[in-house]
Amino acid sequence: MKILRSMQWLGVMAVVSLAAAVGGWAQDAPDVGPHPPAPEKKMTSHIGDLVGHSENAKSDYRRYCAGCHGDLGDGNGENAVWLDPKPRDFTAAIFKCRSTLTGTLPLDEDLFNTIGRGLTNSNMPIWNVFSRQQKADLVAYIKTFSPRWDKEKPGDPIGIPAEPPVTIESISHGKYLFTKLECWKCHGPQGKGDGPSAATLTDSKDQPIRPYNFAAGQDDSRFKCGSTNRDIFKIFMTGVDGTPMPSFADVIKPADAWDLVHFLRTLQVHRHSPENEVLKAAGGKIPDYVEKPAEAPASQPGGGN
Amino acid sequence: MQASKPCIATLIAVLSPALLFGGTISGKVTYTGTPAKQKVIDMSKEPSCAKQHATPVMTEGVVTGPNNALANVVVYISAGGDDPNPPAQAVTFTQKGCQYGPHVLAMHTGQELDVVNADQTSHNIHPLAKVNREWNKSQPPGTPPLKDKWDQPEVIEVKCNIHPWMHGWFVVLKTNHYSVSGENGSFTLPNLPPGKYTITAWHEPDGKQTQDVTITGNETKTVDFSFALKPY
Repeated sequence: MKILRSMQWLGVMAVVSLAAAVGGWAQDAPDVGPHPPAPEKKMTSHIGDLVGHSENAKSDYRRYCAGCHGDLGDGNGENAVWLDPKPRDFTAAIFKCRSTLTGTLPLDEDLFNTIGRGLTNSNMPIWNVFSRQQKADLVAYIKTFSPRWDKEKPGDPIGIPAEPPVTIESISHGKYLFTKLECWKCHGPQGKGDGPSAATLTDSKDQPIRPYNFAAGQDDSRFKCGSTNRDIFKIFMTGVDGTPMPSFADVIKPADAWDLVHFLRTLQVHRHSPENEVLKAAGGKIPDYVEKPAEAPASQPGGGN
Repeated sequence: MQASKPCIATLIAVLSPALLFGGTISGKVTYTGTPAKQKVIDMSKEPSCAKQHATPVMTEGVVTGPNNALANVVVYISAGGDDPNPPAQAVTFTQKGCQYGPHVLAMHTGQELDVVNADQTSHNIHPLAKVNREWNKSQPPGTPPLKDKWDQPEVIEVKCNIHPWMHGWFVVLKTNHYSVSGENGSFTLPNLPPGKYTITAWHEPDGKQTQDVTITGNETKTVDFSFALKPY
């Protein structure tokens, strides 16, 4: 009888401490909502001739988006704890994929394209369930989450000159730029995301983040912000805001930027691309760039001081 | 002041600004308790910076001096001293030896900020602004200073992603009356017209203290601040 009583006590104590531990843990978990309805802002979006209205996207957002992005748009939906990278926090109005300079708001079209294209290497799907009008309405809805959209206009889209032909000289110049601008510090000399600084990178919310690994894909070529040469151009000329990837717009001339794009394509070693064809035709080796006399000599990647 | 005989008019002309705006608030910032131990920075991944330092470089989360002095505290007028106009002169933030100088840079909203790369390696400047716009720009060696300015008052953390130990602060203010304490802990806010002021002392990452001071003429008022530091 006595043994049974003390076992009962042990049982009670175990349940009480477990409840306290669980209760304590539950209190530390993020508040994933749903939250009481907030006064609704009305915003619009303009993509070409399409006009989106935020009030028409409310039920789509709650059905498709709020689970990750949260009903307050702050990236704290109930799925967020399981995701890496974390869902975008729309209240900060910082976006990775833009046509506009670092630190400025994206164009409505940039957000429209991101919804439709999804974000590779993340849980953001390719939202091909939406019509163009639905996507435009969702862009307008996203703009209701941050007061920045009231106060600022989006940045001007960067100027992108016409792409020059892919030649081995262009690829060689691109490799010279990759070395000189020290892209390899994060991306590694072969672009595998294994540079000396790669292991310590964190994004603007202090979450660990890895640089893009160019060699990883098979025959595909998707980057976070698209899959074409033009998309690569925009990535390093506008920077991937909210991440360690800076903008190089102040240090690369737009004409030279295309050379870097062509070189970066050769880092995607498994991909059938015009750039890899040109490289193969040149014997598989990129010649050293012959600089104009005013510039410093090229050094090999990985050996920079 | 000239040693030769100035005429009375010149004397008055020279002295009158001091008579009109002569008040000064100055003092010392000290700490109590145990400051967090700073760690040695391993710069071996960046040899061009590692070789610039003869002795080990420490992190700068807490910088102290003799007699419990606390450095890198921004003391500024938070009420009564706002000025809509930034100075014309720019402030400079320098990357040298893979460290930011100064570690804490105070400036006025709208004042030009010049970021200089004095190293042999690229840096990226990534001010993690939340109220102002966050941006991130690459700055290779030998390129001209990056120029920018901030519209809103804010305490902004600055980092370099390539060199994760590099860490600094921009303290953007609405006032031109500010002073950053050095290793002797002292600060001075001169040229204050008579009035009631609130001064605030900020210490990274989020320590803030305020005191109220009234200036009636061209006196010097002494105000001291003391921060209680914890070892963790």
